[in-house]
Amino acid sequence: MTVQELVDRLGLDPVALPHPEYEVTSGYVGDMPSWVMGNATEGCAWVTILNNRNIAAVAVLIEMACVIVTEGAGVSEEVAQVAMEQEVNLLCTEKSSFDTVARMAEFL
Amino acid sequence: MSELVKLHYDVDGNDFAAAGEASMKIKKELRNLGFPQDIIRRIAIAVYEGEINMVIHADGGTADVSVGLDEIDITLADKGPGIPDVEKAMQKGWSTASEEVRSAGFGAGMGLPNMKKNTDEMEIETEVGVGTTIHMKVYVA
Ligand SMILES: Nc1ncnc2c1ncn2[C@@H]1O[C@H](COP(=O)(O)OP(=O)(O)OP(=O)(O)O)[C@@H](O)[C@H]1O
Ligand SMILES: [Mg+2]
Repeated sequence: MTVQELVDRLGLDPVALPHPEYEVTSGYVGDMPSWVMGNATEGCAWVTILNNRNIAAVAVLIEMACVIVTEGAGVSEEVAQVAMEQEVNLLCTEKSSFDTVARMAEFL
Repeated sequence: MSELVKLHYDVDGNDFAAAGEASMKIKKELRNLGFPQDIIRRIAIAVYEGEINMVIHADGGTADVSVGLDEIDITLADKGPGIPDVEKAMQKGWSTASEEVRSAGFGAGMGLPNMKKNTDEMEIETEVGVGTTIHMKVYVA
């Protein structure tokens, strides 16, 4: 499934979507960068409530398909800007991490 | 060992939310040099964790990478507070991170274990009140 398809099916708000064609091959949930760095896999959709600009670095380094900021945590203008610059697909939703993952599990 | 490329980066200690710039640049360089994805990923993780540690625990530092034919050497150096008990610091879950840093998601005590796991050699030189230098090697041959 592509990131664009994920956006459409889950009704995510695309804050930055430079690569809608990226393939989502797995998922990871976590709100501590060191856990994510140690366990997330390349091509994953990362579901988190973290919303500072560090999420862009993590996404770049792991080569994630996208980051989904849940629970209405949202991101600032600055973080959206960094995501564009670093070519990170950054999506937001009001839904909880649980609901987001539950929906994703239907497709992944 | 003959060196092909040397990279040097200063890591700013002021903004932990912005940390990761040196690791992202190093990752791009290694990709341009054509290293396998797995090697790049391991180095990216190790440098990122070291970079973050220098920002949140040591007020910044420097990252040096020297790319050789059969190994990549990484040196992270800071003039921070040093690590009083390295054995403890290496344990998963051990952290002295402040409340502020924890509210940004850091402080799981997983950084140093991640660095160890993703490199072939890792050595910590540290002295309380003087600073910390971490040497890591990843074999590429
Ligand atoms: N460069 C450093 N200077 C001083 N102390 C350090 C440095 N790096 C690590 N430490 C000490 O070692 C502890 C463990 O580091 P580690 O990276 O494993 O965990 P953490 O940084 O606390 O949390 P996490 O990396 O999971 O966000 C730190 O809490 C800190 O006390
Ligand atoms: Mg750390």
